[in-house]
Order: sequence, then structure tokens, then C-alpha cells
Amino acid sequence: MIEISHVNKWYSPTFQVLTDCTTSVTKGEVVVVCGPSGSGKSTLIKCVNALEPFQSGEITVDGTKVHDPKTDLPKLRSRVGMVFQHFELFPHLKIIDNLCLAQTKVLGRPLDKAKTKGMQLLERVGLKEQAEKFPAQLSGGQQQRVAIARALAMDPIVMLFDEPTSALDPEMVSEVLDVMVDLAREGMTMMVVTHEMGFARKVANRVIFMDRGEIVEDAQKDDFFGKPRSDRAQKFLSKILSH
Amino acid sequence: MLGSFDFDVIRRSLPYLFYEGMTFTLTLTALAAFGGLVFGTAIALMRLSGYKLLGRIAGLYVDFMRSLPLVLVIFWFYFLVPYIGQWITGAPRPIKVGAFASSLITFIMFEAAYFSEIMRAGIQSISRGQPAAASALGLNYAQTMRYVVLPQAFRNMLPVLLTQTIVLFQDTSLVYVLSIPDFLGAASKVAQRDGRLVEMYLFAAVVYFTISCIASFGVRRLQSRIAIIR
Repeated sequence: MIEISHVNKWYSPTFQVLTDCTTSVTKGEVVVVCGPSGSGKSTLIKCVNALEPFQSGEITVDGTKVHDPKTDLPKLRSRVGMVFQHFELFPHLKIIDNLCLAQTKVLGRPLDKAKTKGMQLLERVGLKEQAEKFPAQLSGGQQQRVAIARALAMDPIVMLFDEPTSALDPEMVSEVLDVMVDLAREGMTMMVVTHEMGFARKVANRVIFMDRGEIVEDAQKDDFFGKPRSDRAQKFLSKILSH
Repeated sequence: MLGSFDFDVIRRSLPYLFYEGMTFTLTLTALAAFGGLVFGTAIALMRLSGYKLLGRIAGLYVDFMRSLPLVLVIFWFYFLVPYIGQWITGAPRPIKVGAFASSLITFIMFEAAYFSEIMRAGIQSISRGQPAAASALGLNYAQTMRYVVLPQAFRNMLPVLLTQTIVLFQDTSLVYVLSIPDFLGAASKVAQRDGRLVEMYLFAAVVYFTISCIASFGVRRLQSRIAIIR
């Protein structure tokens, strides 16, 4: 589904953020990307739907070359759902309109169909009653669940999560993770940047560990948590799992 | 002392002052504000676009317009437009452009320079995550601007835009250099015809003051209401 091969990215000629990153996500797989902050994990996931450009290497999503200048990026992105750390709901639109905007303008769905779909998804994330409110009237956890519903409304072939729980108060983390776990169990292909190792243990197939722009470890979940091969991954795990 | 003044001249000229003068002033203000906002937003988008050349052209335009006195631009434009029109269309004679059209175009071009800076600030005030989220949903650049960025920028900047429009409302009185009967022009005509300069100019000042004051008050109320919604 997602093929990442030998991707390099520089912010400036002397500052390389991604170094020779190669990995893949197959259909129905849930891959968790973790690593210390500044390791390039968010940058890597944003390269997948071309929100961040990269200078060399190749990424293909469902056979479409992301790096090809001829690729219709809006069309590609409409098939790839993305959830951001800071939710990024559109504050001037009601919740239901947040869900309908891209459905009508990008997919060309009639408004009534888009609304029906939007309401179904809101019900699924448990927020049907909030449809007529504005984003600022919702809690962080609710906003993030709306953001997930908004991405799902586009019927994505794969979902990207960029630290979806990092900006949330602790008591709201689980309501968002529950939605993500359900999604994973239904067979959605997911690439998730997160520090939530509980989530990784529960539903991940593979875990990728990144440090200083490199993919240091790319292992099946049990192998990763069993005994990581690299020192850096061991250190990282001991730090975040010890408490 | 007040006995030597004739304030009845105001009452007698009210229909002319408001039906002709104020109508013209308000029409010019509204059209120029609208046109200036549309044109100004386009300039702001040019300045913020990734294309250096476009950005530089827009920047030069803004600097140029802001470095000239408005009266001069109105004056020059009135005399130059017919010749520019002739040059563009290749007509044998200078094109006839009415005083209203000429002053409207001038105000739109001039105000666009100011509105563009306001809209630029408004667009920049929106976090980068917003256009990123819009792109991630598959919206293209134009859709992202139209449905996500500009509505928010416009709303955030509405008080400033309206305040600038109040300034514009006062500035429209400068069309007197083209001897157009806007509100001030109309008052001035009556003043000179009847030799009642003090009365008419005093009255004009009161009217401008009242309207601008009420409008400013409205903007302040709006500002506090927007602050609550956010």
C-alpha cells in the first residue's frame, strides 16, 4: 500500500532530517512509528501524502508515485486520511460542515449524501449530538475524534496519524485511542506516529523506531517489544516504559 | 453674534445634500471598499505566493501606492485614464471616462494597497496547520484559500477592515478636486452659492463626525462580540 524507499530530506544543505529511509506498509497493516522527538518521524509521515517535500528517494501510495511532479496531489491526498497532532478542525465551520466540506468540494458528493455520511461517522465516534456546534465548543478529545471522522468521511484507503494524542489532556487520550483501536480491528491500513506503546502492543503489526532521521529498527511487534536489536531503541523503550 | 448666521440654509439644502451628496459618498465608499477588498486580497495572495516575481510586483505596487498623496493620485488618474485607455484600445482619441468611474477606479486601486496589507496580516495569522489539513483532505490551493484560509482571515481582520473603511468614507471627500458633488462637494457648492461658508462647513463636519463615530462604536461592539465567539 505504501512503499517508502531510500528517502532523503534536507531542510538546509547542512541539516538532513531524513536519511535513507526505507520501509513499507501493506494493506490492512498497522504500523507504529516511534522515536525521540526530533527524530524525523512526523516528517516521514508527512512525506507520505506530500505535505512535506523530499529531495531524493521514492514513495508510492497504492501505485501512485508521490514524488512525481505529474502526480495529481489533491486527488492522491483525498484518498489518504490524515489526523494531526493539533486536530486542525476548521474553526469557522460547524462540526457537520467540517465533515462535509471536502466530501462535497473534492469528491463532488451531493450535500445531503455528505451529511448522511457525516452523521453516521459522528455517531460512530460518539459525537452525533455535537454536529451543530463549533469546534471551539468541544474538548480536545472530542475535537480529535471529529478529526478522525472527517478523515474517514473521504473513504480513505489508508490513514496516517501524526501524534494524535500528544496534545491531549491525559484523561482524553483513551477516548481517542479507543476509536483508533476499533479502526485497526476493522482492518484499516494505518501508519501511526505515537508514543502510546499500549496502543502499539494492542493493535500494531509492526513497529518502526527512528532516531536522528534514520530508521533504526523495523520489526514485528513481538520482536520489537521482546528484545530490540539496537541500543538506541532499547534505551528509548526503557525510558518510556519504565514509569 | 450667532444672529448673523443663517442656519436655515442647512434645512433648505438638506434634500440636495443627502439625496445627491451623501448618496454619492456612500455609494463610492461601498463600491471602493468592496473592490479594494477583492483586489487587495488578490495582491495579498500574490505577495504570499511562492513565486518571487509575483510577490515583488505586488510589493512594488503597494509601496508605490502608499508613497503618493491620495489627492494627487485622484487628480492624475482623472487626467491620465483617458490617454491610458486610448493607448490600450488603440482608439484615435482619448477615451471618455466619467468622473465617477475615474474616482472609483482610483479609490479601488489606492485602497487595495491598504486592504492587501490587512489581509496579508490576516492570512499570516492563521496557523500553518489549517492549510495543511485542507490539503490533506484533497482540497487544491484555490479551494483551500476560498473555503478555509480566507474566511478565517477575513473574520479575524473584520474590525480592522471596517476601521479602514471609515477612513475611506472620510477620504472620499477628496473627490472635490474633480468637482464632483459628493457630500462635502454639495455642501461646498451651497456654501459658495449662498455665501454661507461657516454654516455649511460646520454642518458637514458634524455629519462626518456623527457617522464616523457611530460606525466606530459599531466596530468596537463587533470586536468584543467576535472576541467572545473565539
